[in-house]
Amino acid sequence: MSKITMREAISQALMEEMDRDAAVFIMGEEVGVWGGTYAVTKGFYDKYGPARIKDTPIAENAIIGAAIGAAMVGQRPVAELMTINFAFSAMDYIVNQAAKLRYMFGGQFTLPLVIRAVGGGGRQLGATHSQTPDAIFAHFPGRRVVSPGTPEDAKGLLKTAIRSDDPILFIEHATMYQVRGEVPEGEYVIPIGKSKIQRAGRDLTIITYCKGLELSFKAAEELSKEGIEAEIVDLRTLRPLDMEPVLSSFMKTNRAIVVEEGWKSFGIGSEVASRIYEQAFDFVDAPILRVAQKEVPLPYNRTLEQAALPQVADITAAAREVLK
Amino acid sequence: MKKEVLLDLYYQMVLIRRVEERGAELYQQGRIGGFMHLYIGQEAVSTGLIAAREPRDRVITAYRDHGVATNCGISAKEVMAELLGKVTGTSKGKGGSMHMADTSKNMWGGHAIVGGHLPIASGFALGDQYAGNDNVTLCMFGDGATNIGYFHEALNLAKTWNLRVLWICENNQYGMGTAVERASAVTEIRQKAEGYGMKNGQVDGMDVMKVYSAAREAIDFVRKTSQPYLLEADTYRFRGHSMGDPERYRKAEEVKQWQENDPIGIFNKYLLDKKATTRKGLDEIEARVEIEVNQAVEFAEASPEPALEELFKDIYAE
Repeated sequence: MSKITMREAISQALMEEMDRDAAVFIMGEEVGVWGGTYAVTKGFYDKYGPARIKDTPIAENAIIGAAIGAAMVGQRPVAELMTINFAFSAMDYIVNQAAKLRYMFGGQFTLPLVIRAVGGGGRQLGATHSQTPDAIFAHFPGRRVVSPGTPEDAKGLLKTAIRSDDPILFIEHATMYQVRGEVPEGEYVIPIGKSKIQRAGRDLTIITYCKGLELSFKAAEELSKEGIEAEIVDLRTLRPLDMEPVLSSFMKTNRAIVVEEGWKSFGIGSEVASRIYEQAFDFVDAPILRVAQKEVPLPYNRTLEQAALPQVADITAAAREVLK
Repeated sequence: MKKEVLLDLYYQMVLIRRVEERGAELYQQGRIGGFMHLYIGQEAVSTGLIAAREPRDRVITAYRDHGVATNCGISAKEVMAELLGKVTGTSKGKGGSMHMADTSKNMWGGHAIVGGHLPIASGFALGDQYAGNDNVTLCMFGDGATNIGYFHEALNLAKTWNLRVLWICENNQYGMGTAVERASAVTEIRQKAEGYGMKNGQVDGMDVMKVYSAAREAIDFVRKTSQPYLLEADTYRFRGHSMGDPERYRKAEEVKQWQENDPIGIFNKYLLDKKATTRKGLDEIEARVEIEVNQAVEFAEASPEPALEELFKDIYAE
């Protein structure tokens, strides 16, 4: 095992897959000469050249639309959205085209496309550049949604995504590129659509993913000092949602909270909680609580922004509440 | 062009017309659901254009796609079966009128989001460029699609990246019920290509031979120079925008005037003038079309509905 950052993990996954398969290329805003606005593709342009590292115009419809076209005719593009907030400009491609074309034409072609997008608040970027709209994308069938919370998962899941014959939205978090974690030496991949227990515990189940995982780890440490042992289930993939580890954990702890960075209403927490109620009602000992973002556009001011985002203290408070 | 080829083009044009006339009847009987947009009046555009391509050149179009499908070699049976939502249709009954494709014939679909398929066409050409071949992508769309952002992003990308796309604007004078001059800053659509430094041209879209020549020239240009080209074909749809169009936006005299320029009539006269065939020869072609259309309807009606399990198939490849 070696310890690397999230940025290095994603960068390694991209490079390994580009070296493995000539059909893989990267396109997006500032991915080339600039080296990626989050420096994920730093050095790629010099190594692979402009044919495989394509700097695009600032035109999200062209980026995702053209990537879909190239995928339909046999290439394996990795299209980067500088931030997931710009996905709204390309919503037709992410929702209408990538997710539906194969079905609508009776399965005549594959659409091996990865859309990488950076989301999340906490960098004082203002309301339109700080969103965590993952639930919107997970809502639509036809395109998988992956959002890792550790470098190990980011690398293994991205490699699988690039090898997949189906469109995948791969959501990263803007404040997590420096997060360090152990990754296995050498080649490995991680299957998409599998939740994972990231921390074992007996008292309650915290279901989360991506940034929520980082916060939940910290919350679990604090709770541990009080003698509360939280089990953390990391969803890793939002569509399809793998409930098996969630349910088996819940049937053991009988109490759960769901932690996400997005807004609470109509969110990931609502979906997970509903499924627990539907599938494990007899095991419920306390209402399932949701920890999520306050229902406001994220403000610029740091104090206000942090007040809107879910915090470790919100998680520990919710944990104590379900254990009452 | 050889006589047989000319007569085949005539066959295709009559076939498109008759399949759609029968389709309209079936629609009115409630046998076809959803939206249906007829190509009647515009047959010369797609027929001349697709005759000029090589089989390796890709075709993608908007939702007025029955004629394009036919020209690409999709049988009347498959078109009719798709209209009736049968499993034997081009898209297994999952696409309907607006979504016909057969990628084995390089027909990459009718697409129903106005302008949405234009960046995808740039993507086909990008894929081909990346693969190192000189295939040309033929992307057809209406005048209405040139007012939406997709058009501009797609053209800009094609020109900036030297993508082999022939953009074909079928200017049928109306985007749904709104006349071109009421929706577009310029009424000559080809002018929009100028802003991208893109070569462009205009052709009489009611004359299949003129379309064919213009398309040949444009496709050669695109292939040889690796530059996109925008060709505007002036045309007119004789029927409403879709089956449910009250046609309040145009006068009957205007429609009648264009109908005097019926593309099938023009080509019919051309063939007789050139002595490519006789009146009797044309009658025989029309009789063959009738048989094919009847067989197509019988085939579609006899075909099974998709099994309920199909509901969950083809969403993902894995």
